[in-house]
Amino acid sequence: MTTTDVTAEGGHGAVPTGPEVPVEPKPALSRRDWPLYECFVRGKRGLNHVHVGSLHAPDDEMAVHAARDLFTRRNEGVSIWVVKAADITASSPDEKDPMFAPSGDKVYRHPTFYEIPENVPHM
Amino acid sequence: MSAPPLDRPTVADEQALQDLFDATIAADHRIEPRDWMPEGYRKTLVRQIAQHAHSEIIGMQPEGDWLLAAPSLRRKAILLAKVQDEAGHGMYLYSAAETLGADRADLTDKLIEGRQKYSSIFNYPTLTYADVGVIGWLVDGAAICNQVPLCRSSYGPYARAMIRICKEESFHQRQGYELLLTMMRGTPEQRAMVQDAVDRWWWPSLMMFGPPDDDSPNSAQSMAWGIKRHSNDELRQRYVDMSVPQAEVLGVTLPDPDLSYDAETGHYRFGAIDWDEFKRVISGNGPANAERIARRRAARDDNAWVTEAATAYATKHGRAAA
Repeated sequence: MTTTDVTAEGGHGAVPTGPEVPVEPKPALSRRDWPLYECFVRGKRGLNHVHVGSLHAPDDEMAVHAARDLFTRRNEGVSIWVVKAADITASSPDEKDPMFAPSGDKVYRHPTFYEIPENVPHM
Repeated sequence: MSAPPLDRPTVADEQALQDLFDATIAADHRIEPRDWMPEGYRKTLVRQIAQHAHSEIIGMQPEGDWLLAAPSLRRKAILLAKVQDEAGHGMYLYSAAETLGADRADLTDKLIEGRQKYSSIFNYPTLTYADVGVIGWLVDGAAICNQVPLCRSSYGPYARAMIRICKEESFHQRQGYELLLTMMRGTPEQRAMVQDAVDRWWWPSLMMFGPPDDDSPNSAQSMAWGIKRHSNDELRQRYVDMSVPQAEVLGVTLPDPDLSYDAETGHYRFGAIDWDEFKRVISGNGPANAERIARRRAARDDNAWVTEAATAYATKHGRAAA
């Protein structure tokens, strides 16, 4: 292969991944109007719903049906939530986000901050 | 308390962002969708994830050809579940690509236009039912070798998709191997059918790992970024070492006269791979390239009315997602 790179890391085998393979989306065509939904599955009673992935659907009800087929083919869950990705409000993504900085120096919020004599039981 | 700014701070200069990215990679932490990332990293991931997704979707076809000819209801149910899984894998991966700014309908268009490719292995036809078993054993086996390290890929959504996929691939490989074991306990004709399928699929399976390391120019960058974890040749060797004992238990001969155990290294040596065939097939001249794309195009075009109807229904009932 002289004109392109070929990598097997696409999982199902070697495919060209060189710079001539286009990656920028071009606006147009089908299903553009189906919004993105984020999907959450409760694995079993007693557990939280956990984010499992996303999909496109024309409305909320269809999103639940599609999520059922896509994420629970093997009893992975007992309950599904879907929410339009556009409706999610998020903090900024950095772990260095100043939003989380105030808790960094409040070590007294953790039980290990306090020294208790060893002969005190059940603490 | 006033609301914190939700958008990325503008004060940080590009170098600081690059340093943070580099530190995240160096610490073997994951990059997440809203993190700053170098443009090359993003593009490499979009290419790789999209083409992996295309491979899963096109990969439904060779086995799908046997759905109506499976020899029993049990085998048909298994095959149906497997083909459905491949569709699911494609969807997980298109989702991951979308977190990088790609659009899945657009990716499908690029596949159909031939501007993005899928794995060359799916350009070979499934001539007999034994091919279904051999695809599970050898092709999905090779996929597992590739995919298990990708569960630790540096891009979070890709790694998480791979974890789901790997759990399901195990079923794929085992059902294929069990199918072959059953046929090998059958008639001489059935055993010959299995051997014939192995003869046709072994070498294309080895090609799935890509060209030798010295002919894989961008691999080093992908390794440095933690997108790729092992070289093509490393993974190929691992696959051969795993497959030879499996072939012995099955009672088939792998079609390579040079295959031999090297006691010194603990690895199996194998013969030269026909890279000309690989290049021929991947550039569009394999036995089934045209058929695969034609069917994918038909699926897009012939089913467009379904997506339009669903949109119209949602709009009419006033619950169209904005």
